[in-house]
Amino acid sequence: MNRRVLGLRDKRRKLTNLLALAGLCIVALIAIAPLFIIFSYVVYRGADNLNLAFFLELPKGAGESGGGMSNALIGSFVLVLTACFFGIPWGIAAGIYLAEYKIGLTSKVLRFVTDLLTSVPSIVIGIFAYAVVVAPLKAYSALAGSFSLFIIMIPIVARTTEEILKLMPQHVREAGLALGLPRWKVILRIVLPGCLGGVTTGVMLAIARISGETAPLLFTAFSNDYGFRGMTKPVASLPVQIYNYAASNDDVWRAKAWTGALVLVSIVFVVNLSARLILKTRRS
Amino acid sequence: MSELAPPKILKTENLSAYFGKFQAVKNISVGITEHEVQALIGPSGCGKSTFIRTLNRLHEEIPGAYVEGAVYLEGENIYLPSTDAVDVRRKIGMVFQKPNPFPSLSIYDNVVAGLKLAGIRRKSLLDEVVEKSLKQAALWEEVKDKLKKAGTSLSGGQQQRLCIARALAVSPRILLMDEPTSALDPISTAKIEELVMNLRKDLTIVIVTHNMQQAARISNQTAFFLSGELVENGPTKKIFTKPKDIRTEQYITGRFG
Repeated sequence: MNRRVLGLRDKRRKLTNLLALAGLCIVALIAIAPLFIIFSYVVYRGADNLNLAFFLELPKGAGESGGGMSNALIGSFVLVLTACFFGIPWGIAAGIYLAEYKIGLTSKVLRFVTDLLTSVPSIVIGIFAYAVVVAPLKAYSALAGSFSLFIIMIPIVARTTEEILKLMPQHVREAGLALGLPRWKVILRIVLPGCLGGVTTGVMLAIARISGETAPLLFTAFSNDYGFRGMTKPVASLPVQIYNYAASNDDVWRAKAWTGALVLVSIVFVVNLSARLILKTRRS
Repeated sequence: MSELAPPKILKTENLSAYFGKFQAVKNISVGITEHEVQALIGPSGCGKSTFIRTLNRLHEEIPGAYVEGAVYLEGENIYLPSTDAVDVRRKIGMVFQKPNPFPSLSIYDNVVAGLKLAGIRRKSLLDEVVEKSLKQAALWEEVKDKLKKAGTSLSGGQQQRLCIARALAVSPRILLMDEPTSALDPISTAKIEELVMNLRKDLTIVIVTHNMQQAARISNQTAFFLSGELVENGPTKKIFTKPKDIRTEQYITGRFG
């Protein structure tokens, strides 16, 4: 008797389990479906125009066929590189401060502000860059564009650096201090090198994020059709070029926008993926 | 007189240690003789680990923690405002409960970390220190062919000996060991115990241990801590055979703790 009852319950439990699992699978599939749909559609629309000329040539005028987006690629490269040059050390330094000097009001305030900064809409940061760089210089410039990307980058790098540094066990720091090393040396020469994989990942995620930013570049770096001509001149960028082309009436340009989107998505993809790979190999 | 009471290399005077309002170590005055092994025993939470961490000023690194009283290293108070904790720690090394080699550093670089980061770069000197320290830590034979490998690639017992070598490399006068074998297997433990007894001729050792047999095996002096107080301190043999205090007797016969 008893056994049969248990057997029945067992079956019911297994069925419930199966249903719950199936339900979760469906929900998960729905959640990741947009990613695949978007990516395959971007490939479908953009792959046709993907050729060497796209990477090497400057854009042609509306209505003309041929030409590429080399101006936007170079522009994006310059903007991101400049932002990184200042943003990486700045962000890492802030992250170190947050993780290693956690007592006191300053670091609490700083952490709060960093969190706020992460959630500020990027267009607001663009307006800020406009006010402090574009307006005084009376010109759109690559400098202003990099500045806005730099601002977006800092909190991301700072917070990931902080989280990674916190994972380093306290007794490693103590071992360094016990050797008679000053605190800053323990942090810079022992703790930070030990966290390099994680910090690199944070940096790459930040790069992926700023590579795709459009709003803050619209009225800072602006755009051009001829590539990079110095930090004080306007410069094109991949996201802005895509935006401009997609909004145009020209069929060729609109097709190019899809190709640009494909390239941009691929770059972000590769950067993201390598960031995760680095973290994974570091852990094992 | 000097024969009766050998000079103390390390002395504490009314030493108290706090975590915020909580007093973990209460008014301890004790002297440690050069070239001896001083064991600190007592139940969990009795303050022995906190006490040993006051001896190289590591206690104060914990937010909210502070110390009252004095610790004299060769007659000089290490808690004078003018004394730099960094200088103190160069003379008083420490080995921790959990092996903690520096991640991302090779075996070689782990050993010379203290010297290299203090600016010493001469390769011949560093090579010499690596060999000497690893030999002192009884690890040389096992790692001499793989010095470039990561320190974290070693086994737990080897890692702990690597940490000992790292502490010895800066030639401290005193080595503090905070339950150095509690995370290790019996064979590794035996190796480290042997090592401690051999190190005695080069320096002075203060060791916290949970294991009373260990204290009996390797130490000259044993101090028994209870609830932050020093119950008694004396020659190890005496503590384990004829303790003065009833609480010591109860503890070493296993009636509590």
